[in-house]
Amino acid sequence: MPFKRYVEIGRVALVNYGKDYGKLVVIVDVVDQNRALVDAPDMVRGQMNFKRLQLTDFKIYIPRVPKKKTLIEAMEKADVKNKWENSSWGKKLIVQKKRASLNDFDRFKIMLAKIKKAGVVRQELAKLKKENAS
Amino acid sequence: MAAERKTPIKTRNPDLIRGVGKYSRSKMYHKRGLWAIKAKNGGVFPRHEPNPKPTTAVEKPPKFYPADDVKKPLLNKRKPKPTKLRASITPGTVLILLAGRFMGKRVVFLKQLSSGLLLVTGPFKINGVPLRRVNQSYVIATSTKIDISGVNLDKFDDRYFAKEVENKKKKTEGEFFEAEKEDKKKLPEDKKEDQKAVDAFLIKSIDGVPELKAYLAARFSLKSGMKPHELVF
Repeated sequence: MPFKRYVEIGRVALVNYGKDYGKLVVIVDVVDQNRALVDAPDMVRGQMNFKRLQLTDFKIYIPRVPKKKTLIEAMEKADVKNKWENSSWGKKLIVQKKRASLNDFDRFKIMLAKIKKAGVVRQELAKLKKENAS
Repeated sequence: MAAERKTPIKTRNPDLIRGVGKYSRSKMYHKRGLWAIKAKNGGVFPRHEPNPKPTTAVEKPPKFYPADDVKKPLLNKRKPKPTKLRASITPGTVLILLAGRFMGKRVVFLKQLSSGLLLVTGPFKINGVPLRRVNQSYVIATSTKIDISGVNLDKFDDRYFAKEVENKKKKTEGEFFEAEKEDKKKLPEDKKEDQKAVDAFLIKSIDGVPELKAYLAARFSLKSGMKPHELVF
């Protein structure tokens, strides 16, 4: 019931809306009740409304408003990118992106693979059923 | 112009302000030396004979005047430009046909003909689509490409696909009813040979890619949940 992800300096967040949609950013300072100063290695530091951010489980240890270099070093040390890509949330997003970029030929190949897999599963199931019945 | 000047002309009559020269007309007459030219020519300004005009043929009055004044239509010299081929369609692209007998079939693009239509083939052995012309608008271009660099497509153009002109024979009444059961037009052998020649090379390239043959044999259809405007082809 209590909150687990807090807005704090160093909290990694996912941008939910706007020009930087889908990016991972770090909260670097809080401007006021609604806005945070936000930074990422590949963007110019700027303010963002909290409503545009989705907090993640990850937090890095940085001083308030760090230099870009310190920010990048802290992110490398905490290995944010890999941790994110291995988390179930991050994996889901990667799969969504892959599905959206599939070619017509790719979709066909996937269909064939699904049918094959289903066939193998059904065979195993039939085998198990037979063993159980006898 | 008479003689070429090496230096640009410097006016003899500089402007005091725009529109007003420094020297009056009589002063300018003197400055230009027109008095000296006249004196050289015996008091008269020299005059040269004009060049003789080239003699034109004598125009005869027309023999016939039309009764009504009929307006001639304006001359139209417009040459329509060749149809622009979409950037996504290059030789060897797999296309999806959207209309006609082969609706939904995935087909290989060969080249654009001079009429703007696209020359396309199944290949015939794989999905039953022969060498055929198709309009660009009725086609979705996928991003799958096949290598067709070895095929010679020079003999195919719009005249290859023109209808055969039959010579009409006069029929008598009795023959009218017999002629109903004319035998179906058979495809001439040389067209079949052309198809086989083009397809032989294509099928080799297609066999090189796994599952491409089955892909071309299957038809495309929209399933539940597919949003065409979000699909990447």
